[in-house]
Amino acid sequence: MPAEALVPTSAEEAARLYGDGEGVVVFAGGTILLPEISAGRLKPERALMLHKSGLDGISTDGGTIRIGAMTPVSALVGGPSELISRFAENVGDGEVRRSATVGGNLCATAGVGAQRGDLGAPLIALGARVRSTGKGGERTEPVEDFLAGDRSGRLVLEVELDAPSGKWGAETLRRRHAHSYAIANVAVASNGGGLRIGVSGVGPTAVRARAAEQSRNPDDVLRDVEPVDDAVASAEYRRKMLPVLLRRALDQLETA
Amino acid sequence: MKLTVNGIEQEIFSPPLTPLLHVLRDELDVTSPKAGCQQGGCGTCTVLIDGEPRRSCLTAVAAVDGSEITTLEGLGEPEQLSPVQAAFHERYAAQCGFCTPGMVVAATALIERKGGPVERDEVLEALGGHYCRCTGYVKIVDAVMAASRGQTGAREDEPETGEEAPVMIPGSPA
Ligand SMILES: Cc1cc2nc3c(=O)[nH]c(=O)nc-3n(C[C@H](O)[C@H](O)[C@H](O)COP(=O)(O)OP(=O)(O)OC[C@H]3O[C@@H](n4cnc5c(N)ncnc54)[C@H](O)[C@@H]3O)c2cc1C
Ligand code: FES
Ligand code: FES
Repeated sequence: MPAEALVPTSAEEAARLYGDGEGVVVFAGGTILLPEISAGRLKPERALMLHKSGLDGISTDGGTIRIGAMTPVSALVGGPSELISRFAENVGDGEVRRSATVGGNLCATAGVGAQRGDLGAPLIALGARVRSTGKGGERTEPVEDFLAGDRSGRLVLEVELDAPSGKWGAETLRRRHAHSYAIANVAVASNGGGLRIGVSGVGPTAVRARAAEQSRNPDDVLRDVEPVDDAVASAEYRRKMLPVLLRRALDQLETA
Repeated sequence: MKLTVNGIEQEIFSPPLTPLLHVLRDELDVTSPKAGCQQGGCGTCTVLIDGEPRRSCLTAVAAVDGSEITTLEGLGEPEQLSPVQAAFHERYAAQCGFCTPGMVVAATALIERKGGPVERDEVLEALGGHYCRCTGYVKIVDAVMAASRGQTGAREDEPETGEEAPVMIPGSPA
């Protein structure tokens, strides 16, 4: 049986059709889902297709940047935040980025042998918040809380962040090829006195590195994250490189 | 659902989550986009969707309902090749030809976007996600640069870049 496709034409309709998410597969850009469906590993009965929901687009009102869940990753390259752009430009290649969405990146789980959800690192560093709906209604929470929680049962509507005004640093480790997934991503940002550190690509979701934020000691990042073994890199290599990447990113902050 | 494929409007009967690739190949008999990896990793299925190159294997047909699709077939005719097609042909940029549909479509979009001569790093950026298992990429990059300079004949005049011949797409096995 082919999937029934629900195609809402507004955010409100999308939220209503989603309900509490029971039995509905959210279909955004499809760059993760469609290969699963083609291979017969996933057989959704009902797909909520968001391409006409109006949930795409980047807007700035006052000091707040809003990025709709359906905004293609390509729109973040050269977009409103240079720090986000630095990570967006490494997702797949241009053709993949035109389909891949921000919401899909935040809801991505680990792939076969590789980690995804690269954008979590800069979004955490910039203190971004996720607005989602589902069971219990709408809520807005920090990206790191959304990622640490149970994402099933949530429909992401948008990401919002205060227009970046402070300094930042970014380090990415990956093989030099359009389709090579990240070995590790580190994003740091300071605003006023505060330091925020986001790490992605080393495990199934991006993580905020609170211990390293407090101590400013790059080695402490290993108290915050537990790197995994996959086809891209070993956990041991990731453990060796993470403090190095964080030190470099913090150096960028100092000299920015 | 409706698609305009290479200028002809078509009604589509495949289920909504069918990859555009299979709609083109199996429903419409447009077979230049190849089913390579079917997971976004090789680029041979790339087509233009409203003028932008995207992977047809990653695109659910319902998500592009109403769009204009251009495939390799829509770029030129056997007797009247497009500039990129002619440069690929004259400069031996195709061997088995499996990657060629995606390469030519993506290269055409790059040249269109630039509106003039494209440089090597721009070709590598635009085609960096496309695999070729035959040519070693040198002749492909050469052909795209040549086409962007209106050099669609046999290779007698090097593209005027003053550089050595290209080596490879970054990260590709040498
Ligand atoms: C060749 C290739 C290279 C890639 N390289 C990278 C890379 O370097 N880094 C990286 O991070 N990713 C990479 N990806 C993975 C993927 O393209 C991105 O993570 C992308 O952002 C996913 O977005 P999507 O809209 O395509 O997701 P979809 O496939 O539509 O969805 C992915 C998951 O998220 C859920 N979902 C989507 N939107 C929402 C929403 N609004 N609310 C709730 N749930 C939602 C879906 O139900 C599904 O479970 C790559 C993919 C390919 C094919
Ligand atoms: S078949 Fe689509 S990218 Fe390989
Ligand atoms: S010519 Fe054979 S794969 Fe490119």
